[in-house]
Amino acid sequence: MQKTVSIKDLIRKDNNKNKLKMGVEKTVPFLLFALASISILTTVGIVSTLLYETFLFFRDVSIIEFFTNTEMKPLSRVEPSFSILPLLSGTVLISLVAMLVAIPIGLTTAIYLSEYASVNVRKAVKPVIEVLAGIPTIVYGFFAFTFVTPLLREFIPALQATNALSPGIVMGIMIIPLVASLSEDAMNSVPKAMREGALALGATKLEVTMRVVIPAAISGIIASFVLGISRAIGETMIVTIASGSSKNLTFDITQSMQTMTAYIVEVTSGDAGAGTTAYYSLYAVAFALFFFTLIMNMFAGYISRKYREAY
Amino acid sequence: MKELALNSNEKTTQKQYMNLAKVNRRMTARLLINNVVKYLFFASTMFGLVILAFLMYQIFSDGLGWLSMDFLTNRLSTLPERAGIIGAITGTVWLMFIVGPVTMVLGIGTAIYLEEYAKKGKFHSFIQTNITNLAGVPSIVFGLLGLTIFVRMFGFGPSIIAGGLTMALLVLPIVVVASQEAIRAVPSYLREASYGMGATKWQTIKNIVLPASIAGILTGVILALSRAIGETAPLVAIGIPALIVPIPSSITDNFTVLPMQIYYWTIDSVLVDEYASMAAATIIVLLAVLFLMNSVAIIIRNKFQKRY
Repeated sequence: MQKTVSIKDLIRKDNNKNKLKMGVEKTVPFLLFALASISILTTVGIVSTLLYETFLFFRDVSIIEFFTNTEMKPLSRVEPSFSILPLLSGTVLISLVAMLVAIPIGLTTAIYLSEYASVNVRKAVKPVIEVLAGIPTIVYGFFAFTFVTPLLREFIPALQATNALSPGIVMGIMIIPLVASLSEDAMNSVPKAMREGALALGATKLEVTMRVVIPAAISGIIASFVLGISRAIGETMIVTIASGSSKNLTFDITQSMQTMTAYIVEVTSGDAGAGTTAYYSLYAVAFALFFFTLIMNMFAGYISRKYREAY
Repeated sequence: MKELALNSNEKTTQKQYMNLAKVNRRMTARLLINNVVKYLFFASTMFGLVILAFLMYQIFSDGLGWLSMDFLTNRLSTLPERAGIIGAITGTVWLMFIVGPVTMVLGIGTAIYLEEYAKKGKFHSFIQTNITNLAGVPSIVFGLLGLTIFVRMFGFGPSIIAGGLTMALLVLPIVVVASQEAIRAVPSYLREASYGMGATKWQTIKNIVLPASIAGILTGVILALSRAIGETAPLVAIGIPALIVPIPSSITDNFTVLPMQIYYWTIDSVLVDEYASMAAATIIVLLAVLFLMNSVAIIIRNKFQKRY
């Protein structure tokens, strides 16, 4: 027997199917919008928690004292005092050491890979250098603490078991790939015609690099330095392990000192209970950290956009 | 006076007509500097490689002796000869089970919204800038967010779910950016052909765009996961205890992961000598896992990525 099909039924069926389809079409954008707004919620969450708890902190401690005092004794029972200066000096000093390692080596690596290396060498070397960037920071911390510090103490007997020099150097090594690959990208985007023009005028390769390629790529190169600094400021595990926890306002890199990030780790893993001033100080320090890295990242984006020479 | 005038006269003539000897001298010097500097640049490039080799050698020579089946399958113990990392391994796997799905849903969803639905305008660039900035926020700050929101406000405690969600937010930008690039690489004629066949927008995305971009998306997810399992700072901030003997069995359990184990053993190595070697052995395990994941990512990228 042949099955009878009515046109009416078919149309109704098709309409139902279409309705469902259009329903899905209408709801999907909203769902996806909800998912996309999670990233905004995250930012809002970060900024609002940091701001709120920082506000609570500054009810207990005057903001001027926080930035002018030089004593940092958050867990002292007798007379706790709060100051960001020792942490700032530690952060700046260690980042400085890191950049003294990362900038020269990162930039020259970028120059070698982009201007001198043959295609094969570049293909072989670049991934290996990028492996350095993929190693977890905890491994660098271990390396700094158990190997670099003892090694440096052979040469500098005054070096303390935890100090600013060793984590600074190791952090610099960690940042080399970042500086190298961003600078190389910038140099690669300089058109070949410019190099050839200079070569045709009789310049050596070094002169071409120094007077043509680097000036043309300078915005990208500086952006890579700034991003490197921002990375150094935000790096946590290397300094937590290898730079110690003394909060002295000192500029002696053989001494133990604490960065902002290491302070956050110390207080969260210590016994400062929620609601104490020491606990709130955490957020004030984190807010400063967030603020500095955000400024640097935005600055890097700004210079690479604004001063990019378009060819 | 006369001599001086003569001298300056000579100078100007020299300036106008350089003699061959001087040209040769300068040229040799320039070429010499060029060559010397070339080797300097090469040496500095090698510096990174040498350090990497050194680091690997140190860790392997230190830790390989401790690596054994017992070390992998024993529970944590204060006695070095009885301690193992099965708890940390299980914790890491649990963490991946949270971070993987959460970042995949959030990341791919965000990427599809930005690439396919959002109008290119102020709001679009606002989300985009926001994601770029989130990628640059130090991981310890994400840890504080996790501590405040997930651990305290939601009351999860230092559990797998709190750690996993914190990590998921941290690595989200990686997945979003990778997925966006993959989706953008799908040529528009594929989409138009699909529309031409009468498919709706969502059908086109589901049946055409996503399958065509899945290799790039998966690569991003794997890279994000490998970042997540190597991160320590956010988990320290949410307050994971130092010594956890029980093996976690649900997402509300307390846990530890491989990097945390390395952290505690490293800072305690001043007390117990063996702890340094145990940390090194744990690092070998962690690096092996990372190496495996990155290899998978590279294989996926090379084998399954279609070029249009």
